[in-house]
Amino acid sequence: MDKDKLAVLAVSESGFIFDPVTGHSYTANATGLKILELLKAGKEPDEIRSVLLDEYDSTEDEVSVDVNDFIENLKKYFLI
Amino acid sequence: MKKEYIKPYIRKQTAGVMNKFGVSYNKGHREEIEGFHIGDFTEKFGSPVFVLSEKVIRERYRKIYSYFSSKYPKAKMSWSYKTNYLDAVCSVLHQEGETAEVVSDFEYQKARRLGVPGKKIIYNGPYKPLESLIVAFKEGAMVNLDNFDEIIKAEEAAKKLDIKASVGIRVNMDTGVYPQWSRFGFNIENNNAFNAVKRIQHSEYLHLEGIHCHIGTFMMEPSAYKEAVKKIVQLMRRIEKEFEISISYLDFGGGFPSKNILKGTYLPPEVAIQPVENFIDAITDTLLEELEPKEYPEVYLETGRAIVDEAGWLITTVDAVKRLPDGTKSYIIDAGVNLLYTSAWYNYHVEIDREIHGAYENSIIYGPLCMNIDVVVESAFLPPLPKGTRLILSPMGAYNMTQWMQFIRYRPAVVMILEDGTVEQIRRPETLQDIVGPESVPEKLKRFQF
Repeated sequence: MDKDKLAVLAVSESGFIFDPVTGHSYTANATGLKILELLKAGKEPDEIRSVLLDEYDSTEDEVSVDVNDFIENLKKYFLI
Repeated sequence: MKKEYIKPYIRKQTAGVMNKFGVSYNKGHREEIEGFHIGDFTEKFGSPVFVLSEKVIRERYRKIYSYFSSKYPKAKMSWSYKTNYLDAVCSVLHQEGETAEVVSDFEYQKARRLGVPGKKIIYNGPYKPLESLIVAFKEGAMVNLDNFDEIIKAEEAAKKLDIKASVGIRVNMDTGVYPQWSRFGFNIENNNAFNAVKRIQHSEYLHLEGIHCHIGTFMMEPSAYKEAVKKIVQLMRRIEKEFEISISYLDFGGGFPSKNILKGTYLPPEVAIQPVENFIDAITDTLLEELEPKEYPEVYLETGRAIVDEAGWLITTVDAVKRLPDGTKSYIIDAGVNLLYTSAWYNYHVEIDREIHGAYENSIIYGPLCMNIDVVVESAFLPPLPKGTRLILSPMGAYNMTQWMQFIRYRPAVVMILEDGTVEQIRRPETLQDIVGPESVPEKLKRFQF
């Protein structure tokens, strides 16, 4: 996973994300921001899953599918 | 206390690609059908399950028939079996007074088995086996002939019975719409239809009673029916004058659209589809303009889709969620194109059974078949659906429950919500025995070892 790209992203608390390299901007919801923040901090998907499970009312299966899906989306946007 | 979980999303911002039609998408959800909870259907009858409403079928029929009969004095309606020939559906419409319109010996037998007398059956279609014609003539069915070979066949059937059988002919014509359905019946413009009548009237065993047409399917333009009526009345006058006979019925078939969304249409069905009254007006107004009251024949409509399509739903369950390599969200549900023949030309209305928070995105809905073609909905704007979400697809009542096929999986239950507020299974799910029952294995193939 290429985390250098994530490191340069400007992320606002309200969910607005700006990529100064490409000039593209993105929006994310609170859960999305949380995952992005954890990825930027160098956490692995397994660690992200357990943080989300501690914080949110969900199941391991659901969180697991969603974290994978979110990372796939970041790959699609060439953000990792 | 943990926080409420909302599925994560990230979306790239784009500009300048707005939809100029501004069609709204359904952000709501549907928890019940006519007061019955979606989950109760699947719990009791399994998933997927087709649901039909007796109330909607009756309401749709009554709306169409009352308008039609208020506009023309000798209005008749005959239920198009091929649209949905489940016994319970046909019975509702026969109770309402519709006769049976069948297009095969199988459908004829199904109508007879339900208790419809032969005299109340219209027998159409391009292929009618000799034996079925003999039965139909013996029982007094209204038979509309499709081609010259069939006239000869009908003559043979009547000769065997030693009767002079009354028949109709199916005709086709240019009504200004594309594609022109020229493969059924005799063409009016090239004189084929008139020559067919000549052949029938010269027969010792046949007599012309009526004219039938069915100009197309899911017709969007009422003026095509106006054109059809004009040309048929002209033909009728010519026949009556030439052969000194009286045509007792005209049958304008079906083809009226439902509120389904045809693929490739930008506008929602509420805008794109004209009300059924406009189609009836096109027929009855033209008849009243063209005919003298003393010559009013009986006029039949064989409306199928416009009655039953909106009376049906399919409840199906999301079994898996998948992100495709190009980033598109996709879902795998437990109902495939083997059950949903009409998915080839409709974009179904998709509803979900609960409120789901999260960003909506265009998603593909795949069926469960191990076949690349198993795409149920090419693009549905949906929130992030968790596994187990029930989807309610509609309209479903027309053609799916007749054109479905047993392929890879069993066909599911069909249930009907009755007017008395109960739900009854009107077709049970298939079992292995239903499928292997007609098979047999030659003795020498019965043993094998690995």
